[in-house]
Formats: sequence, structure tokens, C-alpha cells
Amino acid sequence: MTDLLEKGTSLWIDAWHRLRRNWMAVASGILVLFLAVAPYGFDAIDPARIGQMPSWRHWFGTDILGRDLLTRVLFGLRISLAVGVTATAVSLVIGVGWGGIAGLLGGKVDYIMMRFVDILYSLPYMFFVIILMTIFGRNIVLLFFALGAVQWLTMSRIVRGQVLSLKHKEFVEAARAVGLRRRTILVRHLLPNTLGPVIIYMTLTIPRIILEEAFLSFLGLGVQPPMASLGSLTSDGAQSMEIYPWLIIFPSVVLATLLFAINYLGDGLRDALDPRIRKE
Amino acid sequence: MLVFLVQRLFGVVATIWVITTCAFFLMRLAPGGPFDLERSLPPDILRNIERKYHLDEPLIAQYIRYVTDIVVRGDLGPSYKYSDRSVNDFIRDGLPVTLQLGFFALCVAVAIGLTMGLTASLCHNTRWDYAAMGAAILGVSIPDFVLGPLCQLFFGLKMRWLPVAGWEGFSSYLLPSITLGSMYAASIARLTRGGMLEVMHQDYIRTARAKGLTERLVVLRHMIRGGLLPVVTYLGPATAFLLSGSMVIEKIFNIPGLGRHFVQSALNRDYTVCLGMVIFYSALILVCNLLVDLAYLVIDPRMRKQ
Repeated sequence: MTDLLEKGTSLWIDAWHRLRRNWMAVASGILVLFLAVAPYGFDAIDPARIGQMPSWRHWFGTDILGRDLLTRVLFGLRISLAVGVTATAVSLVIGVGWGGIAGLLGGKVDYIMMRFVDILYSLPYMFFVIILMTIFGRNIVLLFFALGAVQWLTMSRIVRGQVLSLKHKEFVEAARAVGLRRRTILVRHLLPNTLGPVIIYMTLTIPRIILEEAFLSFLGLGVQPPMASLGSLTSDGAQSMEIYPWLIIFPSVVLATLLFAINYLGDGLRDALDPRIRKE
Repeated sequence: MLVFLVQRLFGVVATIWVITTCAFFLMRLAPGGPFDLERSLPPDILRNIERKYHLDEPLIAQYIRYVTDIVVRGDLGPSYKYSDRSVNDFIRDGLPVTLQLGFFALCVAVAIGLTMGLTASLCHNTRWDYAAMGAAILGVSIPDFVLGPLCQLFFGLKMRWLPVAGWEGFSSYLLPSITLGSMYAASIARLTRGGMLEVMHQDYIRTARAKGLTERLVVLRHMIRGGLLPVVTYLGPATAFLLSGSMVIEKIFNIPGLGRHFVQSALNRDYTVCLGMVIFYSALILVCNLLVDLAYLVIDPRMRKQ
């Protein structure tokens, strides 16, 4: 057990050293963190000032109801991030479970499970999310799960591939020789070793899900008012952009910045966690 | 070859059947009946309506009716919100417009993407290469629902060069097609560049040069054929993305296409239309994927032997 722990720690410290040298990734990480915890007040809502230009008082201006846009954007950003992180966690659980089991059991079970994934791959999953939202009502918790539930396919393939390549290694044989059950071998020995690629893929999934949530919210099928996400803010802004152009410009710029930052952070994490990829 | 085709066709049909089945039972799972209005209907009228739509039959009978209607008559059922319209009406209205939009967008994407990708690969590691790839990264990272309104704002409202919305006449096709196509242009550019760079140093290119072919012929006859394979593969999934992307574009530019009907039915909670359209969309996408696989067989002789 101590062995495992020590090895884990050194991986993280190693990765941290490598990540620190990549200043773009570090800056992106700080930016994302800052956006996620930046202080803001709801009292910035100002009913006397409707549709005002950006000013010192309201940095991003106010919207058609007199709400401070900076407040709305920060709030929407957090909803977007929350959807991204939660849905990614959902996809992680399903994907790792499915891929791990398929890889471990192998043979016919593996074949059937992976054909199932192939079939789902060819389907327009965005439409299924929309169906779920239509039938069970548009609520945000469902949105978390629906988006996560369609994003696990690639994750399961990655985990399966890793498990397949690991399961004939000596340490698994040793674990089996000690008499561990298959479930224990999977959870304690195989899955921890797939961590690197899984984390890398996770950082790629978060921005994708944020984008998909924005897409749904833009269509009016995602986050419902009075809640806001970056997608619904863009959508609101698009409706009144002729008179109040800043209402669309600020949310879009923040969305683009967020996606850029997370992508950079993901790239940095990939280089840090998996130096082999970098050399290629 | 024939075996492959039959196998794939069987797979497509089976997949559509599974989707149809899931769609049907999801529809019946939905909370609340299709005719729940603000005011509750008298029971007699409700019973009449249910009889008209065969909702009084057992579930299995309804399911069999639904599937046979689709198979025999291609009928995806009535809309529960608009009593005089069926799902097929919506598709008939919207499909031509969406196909036009998709076709133009694909043209834009292929034209821009190939030009950029070929330039980048033929001028590898020059400033042209960096410029094209920088533009491609920008294109991939700006979502269409941001690009669309910004284009409207600039070209439509500020400069007044092009119509802001609608689908009448060539000038109104431009903005939507470019907006929808730009993201795929960027992907195609990157794929083209990658594919070409891979092919460039292969032995058969050296052979072609050794035969004394002109550089132009080497590029056109030999490199492009091999280098564009990744692009062809991408066109299959791209149709799926184009269709879902067109939902946003149709909303932004107020285009009366399939996507707008679909989103509207989802917002109205018009279950039958929503699900019918998903079945239709899925069939469309699966068939496109099949066509791309066949195209692959034609282009790449190595695939035919397997």
C-alpha cells in the first residue's frame, strides 16, 4: 500500500514540475480558477439603468432589464463550468466502468460491449439530449446527466485499450496469484494505472460539454431563466444586439476565453502527465 | 464487397429499428398525456381524441402500428400539437431548405478548407503554412452561435451589405452558409494538411517523380488522391455535425428548415414530431456514413482487397 502511495505522489510531483514550466498552461489554470471564484455581488443589479453602455459603474454595461452584465456573465460562467465538470464526472463514471469491464472480461462480452459503443458512435447524440430535455422537462440536473451520458463513448474506448494492454502485465498476475477477486484487481490495480490518459481526456471533455451546453441554451433547450449560462446570455444578447451590441460581445468573448484557457490547460496537463506523447 | 455492403445495410436497418423502438417507448414514458391543456377536456371528447390517435389500444398494438406505418407507408405519425399536420409535412417543408443550406455550407467548407490545407502542406513550414493553420485554429474555436450573430451585426446591420435573415435569393444564402461552413472549413484544412504531409514522403510519390511527371501532375494525380483520404472519412461525421449545426444557424438567421421545426417541436413538447424527426435525422446520418464508406472503397484501392 505504501508502495502504491509513494509511486502516486512522485507522479504528481513530476507532473507538477513539468506543468510549471509551461507558463501558458499555468496562466490558463490561474485564469480558470480566478473566473470560478472571482467575487461579485448580486446587489450590482440596478433597475434604474436599463441597457447602459459599459462604464466604470458597470464594466460590461447593463442588460435590457437593468441587470449588471458582469454579474450575469460571472454567474453564467459558473453555471457553464458546473455543467462542464458535473457532466464530465458522469461521463467519467460510465466510461471508465464500461471500458474497464469490457477490457477486463474480454472475449465475447468485450465484443458485444464495444459493438454497442460503435453503434452509439454513429448516432447524432445531440438529438438525444434534446429528446430527453423535451420529454422530461428542461431542468438543469437532467442536463448534467444527459450531456454526461452521451459523452462517455471515447472514454470507454480509451480505458478499455489501457486495461487490455495492462492486464497481462506482471503486477496483475501477481495480484491474481495473491488471490484477489477480479473486481478488486480492476478497481485497485488496473484503473489507477489508466489515470494519465483518463485525466487528459477529461480536460478535453470539459470544454466540449461547455460548448454543448451553450449550444442547447442558445436554442432555448438548456438552462432556463432566471438562471443564466454563457450560452443563454449569448442567445439573449443576439436578440437585442442591434441596439445593445455589448450584450452579445462580452458573453461571447468570455466564452471563447474560457474555452481557450481550458484547452491550453488540458494541453499542458497532457504534456505534464504523459511525457511520452510530447516526444513524438 | 457485396457481403460488406449487405452487412452494413443490415446494420443500418437494425440501428434505425432500435432507435424507433426506443423513441416509441420514450414517448409513452413522457409524463403527462399529449393533450394536457390548461383546461381539462370533458372525458367524452378526450376519449374521442384518444380513439382517433389509437391511444386507447394496448401499448403493443400501438407499437406495431407505429412501426408498420413507418415501414409500409413511410408515415411518421401525426403531430399532437397541430392537428392538421403530420411529421411528414414538417419534414417535407423543411428538408429542401436544410439540404440547400447544408450543400452550400459544405461547398464553402470544402472550397476554403482544401485551399487552405493544400497551401499549408505545399508550402510546409513557411509563413503561409502558419497563417493558414492559425486561421484554422481560430475557426475551430469560435462556435457558430457566436460567429453567426457577429456576422449579422457586422455585415448585415453595420455595413448593410447582406440581408440579416431569411432564405430568399442568393444574397441571403451567403451569411448562413459561410457561418455554418467555417468550422468545417477549419477541420478540413487541418485534415488536408495532415494527410498531404503524410503522403508527400511516400515511395510512390518518389516513383511518380522519377517517371518524370511534372510537379503539377504529381500533386494532382498522386498526392491528392492519397492525401485526401482523411477528408473523405471526415465527411461522414460532418453531415451529422452539419445537421445539428443547421439547427443553430436556422434559428439565428430565421430560416424555415428542418432544424427550426425540430427545435420548435422540442420547445412545444410536441413529442411525435420531435421523435419522428430524430428517427429521420438518424436514418439520414446513417445513410450518409454508409455512402462515405462506399466512397472510400472507390478511392482507396487498398481497402478493396480486404
